[in-house]
Amino acid sequence: MEDVKQKVKELSLKYGRAEENLLPILQGIVETEGYISEEAMVEVARELDISAAHVYGTTTFYSFLDTRPKGKYVIRVCKTISCMMKGKNEIIRELENVLRIKLGETTHDGLFTLRETNCLGQCHKGPAILLNDVPYTDLTPTKIRKIVNDIRKKENVSN
Amino acid sequence: MSEMINLTIDNVPVSVEKGTTILEAAKKVNVKIPTLCYHQDLCVAGNCRVCVVEQTGSDRLLPSCAMPVSEGMDIQTNSLQVRTARKHVIELLVSEHRADCTRCYKNGKCELQELASEYIIDEEGFIDLLPYKNYTIDHYSPSIIKDDSKCIRCQRCVRTCAELQKIGALTVAYKGKDMKISTFFEKPMFEVVCTNCGQCVNRCPTGALTEKTYIDRVWDVLNDPEIHVVVQTAPAVRVALGEDFGMEPGEIVTGKLAAALRRLGFDSVLDTDFSADLTIIEEGHELLSRLKGALKDKNPNVKLPLTTSCSPGWVKFIEHAFPEYLGNVSTAKSPQQMFGALAKTFYAKKIDVDPSKMVCVSIMPCTAKKYEADRPEMRSSGYKDVDFVLTTRELALMIRQAGIDFSSLPDDDYDSIMGESSGAGVIFGATGGVMEAALRTAYEIVTGREVPFRNLDITPVRGMEGVREAVIKIEGTLPEWNFLEGVELKCCVAHGLSNAKKVMDAVKAGKVNYHFIEIMACPGGCLGGGGQPIPTNEEIRKKRAAAIYREDKNKPIRKSHENPEIIQLYKEFLHEPLSEISHKLLHTHYRRRNRY
Repeated sequence: MEDVKQKVKELSLKYGRAEENLLPILQGIVETEGYISEEAMVEVARELDISAAHVYGTTTFYSFLDTRPKGKYVIRVCKTISCMMKGKNEIIRELENVLRIKLGETTHDGLFTLRETNCLGQCHKGPAILLNDVPYTDLTPTKIRKIVNDIRKKENVSN
Repeated sequence: MSEMINLTIDNVPVSVEKGTTILEAAKKVNVKIPTLCYHQDLCVAGNCRVCVVEQTGSDRLLPSCAMPVSEGMDIQTNSLQVRTARKHVIELLVSEHRADCTRCYKNGKCELQELASEYIIDEEGFIDLLPYKNYTIDHYSPSIIKDDSKCIRCQRCVRTCAELQKIGALTVAYKGKDMKISTFFEKPMFEVVCTNCGQCVNRCPTGALTEKTYIDRVWDVLNDPEIHVVVQTAPAVRVALGEDFGMEPGEIVTGKLAAALRRLGFDSVLDTDFSADLTIIEEGHELLSRLKGALKDKNPNVKLPLTTSCSPGWVKFIEHAFPEYLGNVSTAKSPQQMFGALAKTFYAKKIDVDPSKMVCVSIMPCTAKKYEADRPEMRSSGYKDVDFVLTTRELALMIRQAGIDFSSLPDDDYDSIMGESSGAGVIFGATGGVMEAALRTAYEIVTGREVPFRNLDITPVRGMEGVREAVIKIEGTLPEWNFLEGVELKCCVAHGLSNAKKVMDAVKAGKVNYHFIEIMACPGGCLGGGGQPIPTNEEIRKKRAAAIYREDKNKPIRKSHENPEIIQLYKEFLHEPLSEISHKLLHTHYRRRNRY
């Protein structure tokens, strides 16, 4: 709590307390904290003297500004029409099976979070996902299972 | 004179000032373009697309609310293309709206319903998207119900809260199909910084934001022969209620209001204007005692400026936003709560009714009054001082339910005691009214003479300017008030919480040095309250204000301290202003709340 307060103070000092600096401040929080908590939003509202609801509205507009804690590896599946037609639903089904979580959830070991996202710009190579900052394209259920298992191996977890 | 632009709308030539929108220009030639997200009090959003028009030579439709006119424009507001587009827009809005109209509180008063009926939206439209919509219905607040299933996301409420009130309790969250109007972290309105002012309710075109209604609860008690039901009517109701029965804004319906309430079965028909007069006596003396403490006794603990406390929206705002100034808020309760506390003590005894068998109903132009009546601080009679609060709109509905032809009602009078009022009590309903009423009384207490304004009209505090200042020089004081001789009493009046914030920021920064501040949460004061007839806008507020001042002028008594019933109340019950009993019943304190 105190840490978040301190962090928000630093960020508002760095970017300035004008309203237009809301986004970089929110991005800064996500960078270090992983997500923007209710307390963090209240602190941002206080620092910038804007309404907390406004901070919430801005945060929820952007899918990369998380409002909940997320796993070490965030898998974002492109949900738009091109990837849908190339079979993104099968990818999601496979991920739900292999991770044993539903869309939007995080695994118990805190390793994976499964999300949907808007267009990744990989329409010609769909279905596409973004694994943290790296895009993976032309996916099939087999390929996605391997990607997950490779990470598990690297992290020394058995499935 | 600014530059004029010539254009034609539906082949009618019109010449308007540069910067005028197509919508405003169309109004000039009596062409009505339908709108939904547009509201005169708010900035242009241009998101609903209902107001689109065609410009000859252009293949794109223009949103008339957002598009300024340009020279030589040839606008068609009713072409086939326009009609088709509009119909589709309305159909799309309806497809994601819970169109359960017969069971909706706004049935018959819904702007979307009206448009759907005008454009003959049938069942052949788009598929119903409601089952796919993730909506919540928030009915925890005693004042306001927020039902997302009926929201068409026009964002009038968001703009109202952000612009008019500078609260920002509502925001637009998420995007695309998931976009919704939300509070902070989607908490209930009850738990966030919402002041319950109801300005959003007054502007919502559908049933997504409504007041919580207590009509059926009131019918229950009216039909219970064991219960004595007392009703009080706020000053601003009498200049607006007629609008809900087709009368022109600004029509004074005080007599019909009293008659209608009696016909509905209320046992005692009394007036909040009476307790407004009482508020003036208590608050006026509080002001004078604070001035004495600060100027004569030099007591550093005396808090000035004193601010009014009549507006429950303002009280909740200061609890959230400026809690360090709670000591500056007058301890005098609002007229509604003073009335309730007296009804179940003084009045019950007077008419020999057991207060446990008494129910106190108030008719208010306000949704925040519902919350105020529910406050734990407001039970000083030993009971809930005010049991139910109905808005002006709810009363109109009750009158309609009872089959009363309001316009043809003969004028009736209020019962006595607690039914008589002065002109000073009446003007409580307009911004600046409490200030004017307080000055009329306080000045006379101090000097023994009337305020030095013609006809007692303290015009500097009147009007619709957001923040108004007035300086009243006190001269010729009576001996016991000689410390006020030559003092320039600095007064400030603000209405709308965005202006309240401006004033409080200035006070906080030490930029101003007021003695007395009147703040009303709603634009125009209570006459522009969230519980008033829809629509309410600048023009209508001005007409209602004019009516209030007309009512004041026509009153034989214009000053609170000359109200004979007030004099009687002090003689028989309260003894003197700020007495022990008045402190017990008529004064209170408020508490600090979360800033965010």
